[in-house]
Amino acid sequence: MSDEDRNLQDENSSNSGLSRRTFLKLGAATAAVPVVVGPKMLDIGGKDVPVYGPGKVPVSLNINGKKFSAELEPGVTLLDALRDHFDLTGAKRVCDRGECGACTVLLDGRAVYACQVLAIDAQGKQITSVESLVLQEGVGANEEPVSPEGWKLHPIQQAFVDNDAQQCGFCTPGFVMASKALLDKNPHPTPEQVIHGLSGNYCRCGTYKGLKAALAEVAGKRGA
Amino acid sequence: MPTKTPYSWPDAPERKLIGTRVSRVDGPVKAAGKAKYTYDQHPAGMIYARMLGCPYAHARVTAIDTSAAEKIPGVRAVHIIQKSGTEIFWVGDEIVAVAADTEPIVDQALKAIKVQYEVLPHLVSDHEPPKDIAVATGPASLDDLREMLENQAPDNEVIKYVTNEGITFQPTEEMLKSMAGFGVAQPVINAIRNAPQKPAVEKPPSFYKRSAAQTEGEPDAAFKQPDVVTAEGVYGASVIAHCCMETHGTVCEWPDKDHVNVFVSTQNVSGIAPQMTGPLGITADKIHVHQSHIGGGFGSKFGPDRWGIVNAELARKAGKPVRLMLDRDRELEVAGARPSAYARVRVAAQKDGTLVAWDSHGWGTGGPGGGGAPPLPYVFQIPNKRTQYTAITNHIGPARAWRAPNHPQAAIITMGALDDLAAALNMDPLDFFLKNIDMTGPRSASYAEEFKIADDLMGWKKTWRPRKANAAEKSTIKRGLGLSLHTWGGRGHNSDCDLTIHPDGAVEIKLGTQDLGTGTRTTILMVASDTLGIPMSQIMLYIGDNKYPPSGTSGGSTTIGGVSSSTRRASVDARAGLLEKVAPALQAKPEELEIVDGTIRVKATPSRSMSWKQACQRIGPVPLTFRGKNPDRTKLPDLTTGGVAGVQMADVSVDTETGIVRVNKMVAVQDCGLIIDLKTAEAQVIGALTMGISYSLYEEKIYDPTTGRMLNPNMQFYRLAGIGDIPELVVHMMTGKGYDERGVIGLGEPPVISPGAAIANAVTNALGIRIGTIPLTPDRVLAALRG
Repeated sequence: MSDEDRNLQDENSSNSGLSRRTFLKLGAATAAVPVVVGPKMLDIGGKDVPVYGPGKVPVSLNINGKKFSAELEPGVTLLDALRDHFDLTGAKRVCDRGECGACTVLLDGRAVYACQVLAIDAQGKQITSVESLVLQEGVGANEEPVSPEGWKLHPIQQAFVDNDAQQCGFCTPGFVMASKALLDKNPHPTPEQVIHGLSGNYCRCGTYKGLKAALAEVAGKRGA
Repeated sequence: MPTKTPYSWPDAPERKLIGTRVSRVDGPVKAAGKAKYTYDQHPAGMIYARMLGCPYAHARVTAIDTSAAEKIPGVRAVHIIQKSGTEIFWVGDEIVAVAADTEPIVDQALKAIKVQYEVLPHLVSDHEPPKDIAVATGPASLDDLREMLENQAPDNEVIKYVTNEGITFQPTEEMLKSMAGFGVAQPVINAIRNAPQKPAVEKPPSFYKRSAAQTEGEPDAAFKQPDVVTAEGVYGASVIAHCCMETHGTVCEWPDKDHVNVFVSTQNVSGIAPQMTGPLGITADKIHVHQSHIGGGFGSKFGPDRWGIVNAELARKAGKPVRLMLDRDRELEVAGARPSAYARVRVAAQKDGTLVAWDSHGWGTGGPGGGGAPPLPYVFQIPNKRTQYTAITNHIGPARAWRAPNHPQAAIITMGALDDLAAALNMDPLDFFLKNIDMTGPRSASYAEEFKIADDLMGWKKTWRPRKANAAEKSTIKRGLGLSLHTWGGRGHNSDCDLTIHPDGAVEIKLGTQDLGTGTRTTILMVASDTLGIPMSQIMLYIGDNKYPPSGTSGGSTTIGGVSSSTRRASVDARAGLLEKVAPALQAKPEELEIVDGTIRVKATPSRSMSWKQACQRIGPVPLTFRGKNPDRTKLPDLTTGGVAGVQMADVSVDTETGIVRVNKMVAVQDCGLIIDLKTAEAQVIGALTMGISYSLYEEKIYDPTTGRMLNPNMQFYRLAGIGDIPELVVHMMTGKGYDERGVIGLGEPPVISPGAAIANAVTNALGIRIGTIPLTPDRVLAALRG
């Protein structure tokens, strides 16, 4: 999914009717609202929108099939909720404004930039992060030493390893999830479709050649 | 060739893994999203920090009031970084830091801090300096010297300057030792030690520092010879950023008042603590540095940085672990830039193409420290030459070493000028380069061999056409070819490696090194595995911790030579130590034994054998540990050398209606001595070509002259190449005879040097017009086409 598609997706999928960008702009309006838990309906621009906070609100998320709950400020992004509250640090904070794709996760099966989704808006949806793809953890999950031993990976992840589609690896989880979203929707993408599908993600080390090879391999192995 | 010793790299038939393609061992953990980077660290109770930056490019702080911020609930520590009265030289320079329970509280506190400034005049441009600037003279102060060293001024220039002009300070042995610690070459240190000490001379303030012209041969006479053909032009590269995916920063925690744990995103695990002891007032043994994975460095992550020290102070004040990672805008503004470099060049050759003369006046900026003078002319030792350089000291923020400091700029300038000269001579640039290949020095035979291979891979000879023919094509999309060559050192750095064999058969290796995503872990394990005769999976490798034996900074392509060499020596000694223990049981002498696939056996009668595990039981109750070192004159031969050759070719299309340049194909042919892992070596070159396309076509730090601010400190407008911008990339690594016996040489820098020059030359070949400055953005292309 391209950058553009993802932003559209972000706008359309917000069940509060608020994207993160609009939310930030509404800062002044929300500050005037007395302390409440749970949303309060406000007429903004002729549209009823729920307004959360100020202060922490209970948030419950379905991540990788499990329920995660926390008390969060309503302005906390899905990305920060994943990383700082649920210790799911696969999605990376690189630009924090929807430009680089390193925080890509799936929301009801579609790729989104987790930094552009508010945690409160991800409630009631199936959130899939890179951690869910691993079939079995091996040596080096979280600490030294690091080794390929014991790992059973999703075919996309394995193709990344085999085709050397990563160097520093910081952008890798985002690319894995963007690849998954693409291949789930289109199991046999053409090279042009691969480029389109991964054009919302940046890599600095220069692993695009490996990425193209990895996706071609996965698509090929899936059979006609 | 050096005499064979047990430490020598094994000959090809004895290598099982070395030289093959092995997938990186940290591939699974990274692809799984389970690799923990510095940014991912979250010790219990961790709080968050940010810094208030100066909004002006040049100012003096006149007042700081943090009282309101300190009263905000949730604020745990406020730290003034630069006091009132301090002069500030770039936008974003840090004034005050705040740590608080949440990031929104941090931001609220930063907004509540009142800083007053006296705004001073600034300069952010790097336009060609005026002609009438006096050459810088006078003894060098410690600051002058630091400036020269930080800008990677060539050693011989520094030596010449301090010897002739003197210095204004008394160099203590401690000072010189610390310089050596930062990698300053011994001859430079000797020159500083012996330099005449003179009183400081008041220098009038100036944005420009012009060095004296360097002359070899008789350039004026050579240009005036009757039968020479001359080309002239201006060539250069704009300031770019490192733009690491993982921003700079640390997570710091004090388990007690005397000890600090520092998780840091760094290329220098072993070298961080020594840089923190002074500011923190504790000894290095009490600073524990950790890093398993780093999200990119490219030369910008050698120190703890001011914000690393500040974060340790915040954590000490707050009594809690604190995370201070730069935000993206700050990362692009202050955390690293490649200096710009431009030059007005005149170059001449005889009619047969033999180069005879070079004259260049260069300039560029690396911000407050001036610019680094690129080595001109690059690689080609033209017999008659004059070069002069003017560093512009301005307010764009500091430069840092960017992969192959000064070389990409030198290649763009030199190869651009030579390409224009080839056109003036009506020669194919490939023929022209080959005609002068002897001027490239000791690696000239490699360059010639590599050009032959590159020609085949690109189909250069079959498809190259002169500029005029390409430009005359009817299509609005013009196509062209360009080439370049480059060199780099890449000798291995100092590295210590401990290898321990435990009585239960377990093997562990420890090095205080780091894996930047270059494959360092993988290559260490390949060397140990090939040497010990046991599979890689049986060896546990621990890196990324300053409690392990120290290894050098991963800068300048020095890591692979250092760690492969120290690991080889530790492994050879460990193997010998183990065989000595088991020889009696196998009724043989140690030298009669071999280890094959984890079995120790008598070479002559392989049936007399025992398993690795059985063998290790003979060690006794205490494990055996061996220390390998690089360099080590007592354990010859030298396992790493320096000096590589590489050539690159680019095929581009330029849309003359939109100004958009697309690269159709790139070819890179590269040597780097003995290759350990061919797969990750190729990945380095592929990555460098990709990064090269990015800086050639898209990347530039753009500054607003009025406000002095960077206009594109984000990833939307600081544009990196995306997957759709990358064409067919063909990489050929030189291996085998003539290359393997040179030992291991680093590869991080060389292949990133030539893309700018090759692509710029290809665009010129397509259009028939030289666009002197990269990046070759549509506006520059269209402006050039309009004349």
